[in-house]
Amino acid sequence: MLNIGGLKEGIVLDHIEAGKSLEIYYNLGLDKLDCQVAIIKNAKSNKMGKKDIIKIEGGMDHINLEILGYIDHNITVNIICDNKIVEKKALSLPKKITNIIQCKNPRCITSIEQGLPHVFYLSDAEKETYRCMYCEEKYSR
Amino acid sequence: MRHLLNPLDFSLEETGQLLDLAKDIEDNLPEYSHVCNGKKLATLFYEPSTRTRLSFEAAMLNLGGSVLGFSSADSSSASKGESVADTIRVISCYADICAMRHPKEGAPLVAANHSGIPVINAGDGGHQHPTQTLTDLLSIRSLKGRLNDLTIGLCGDLKFGRTVHSLINALVRYQNIKFILISPPELRVPEYIREDVLRANNIEFIEMDSLDDAMPDLDILYMTRVQKERFFNEEDYIRLKDCYILDKKKMKLAKEDMYVLHPLPRVNEISVEVDDDKRAAYFKQAQYGVYVRMALIMTLLEVNKPC
Repeated sequence: MLNIGGLKEGIVLDHIEAGKSLEIYYNLGLDKLDCQVAIIKNAKSNKMGKKDIIKIEGGMDHINLEILGYIDHNITVNIICDNKIVEKKALSLPKKITNIIQCKNPRCITSIEQGLPHVFYLSDAEKETYRCMYCEEKYSR
Repeated sequence: MRHLLNPLDFSLEETGQLLDLAKDIEDNLPEYSHVCNGKKLATLFYEPSTRTRLSFEAAMLNLGGSVLGFSSADSSSASKGESVADTIRVISCYADICAMRHPKEGAPLVAANHSGIPVINAGDGGHQHPTQTLTDLLSIRSLKGRLNDLTIGLCGDLKFGRTVHSLINALVRYQNIKFILISPPELRVPEYIREDVLRANNIEFIEMDSLDDAMPDLDILYMTRVQKERFFNEEDYIRLKDCYILDKKKMKLAKEDMYVLHPLPRVNEISVEVDDDKRAAYFKQAQYGVYVRMALIMTLLEVNKPC
């Protein structure tokens, strides 16, 4: 068993699908932070078998819940204060995401106008489908 | 301030009012000849289009307004790298309303987000063409006397044909509409039309290859051209371009009160021998296009018929 030290104040992203932690690390921009960040891969989980965990020192300012919700809304976000979980934040699929994914349709206006924000809206929550705001092309993960 | 980017931007009731106004314009054309005096329409056409652009210009001139604009990207600042957002900010200083055609999908939405004047989508890539849809709705309503209880055949390029996508989007809002989608497998409607529009609204539709088999059931046959400019591969275009040709023989299979529509220009998909058939309504449709664009310009400019 590998032991990672406790977190006095910060955020724990728990129940990350095994193998997805690095994607989240980069998409949330955690590589750019000065604070301590721990990535735990393939931790044992009763519920998931294997899971990843990310521990981040500091406040919620570091976390964009919109991005996290888009990547995996089943992740648990635990807020830690004085070594205790003081809040669990539920994630949901965001209705709109901006500059997280890019439209791949070569006929879309975003393919020639580089300055435009890449905006997608949730078109089908059940199927977790997003479509480009401009051309309505479905984004395939 | 309102724009028209998608056929669904207007509610069913608003669409009905617009079509009523278009009908009144058709019946009383001289009464509308000065309602837009002093107003200017900018036609921003980033790709070639004769028909749609001239239809818009004719509409504004019929209303007593004037027109300015460009008819290809080469003759606009786009050739110097200007963004759509910057172009529309400038045009907003020159005109009261604009019609934009752009090869890239979503360009009119970008324009609307930065515009100081109403923006009309005059066709964006293979995406939407709402004024053609309004033209089609007016044509169908005028010819058949209704917009419900109809079996509509759409034939040809249903994949890239934006007129088809817009028309389906608009017609699913009416009662008891059934579609027969006639195309080769490579040119079927996009998945989002099939799933999010047709299936999501429980609309009855059949996809088939044979135009002959479809003909007897149709109230309206909407023919489309296989558009060369939408293909990345010329071989595919050559293979598919003449896959459907409507001729007298096929017309014999249709009902006596079935009408043929086409957004024009046609190439080979409707034989010229069909033009004399009383059910060939595609040139009349072009006339309806002017009336409906007149009604749209008046609506977006909030101009009323003089008392």
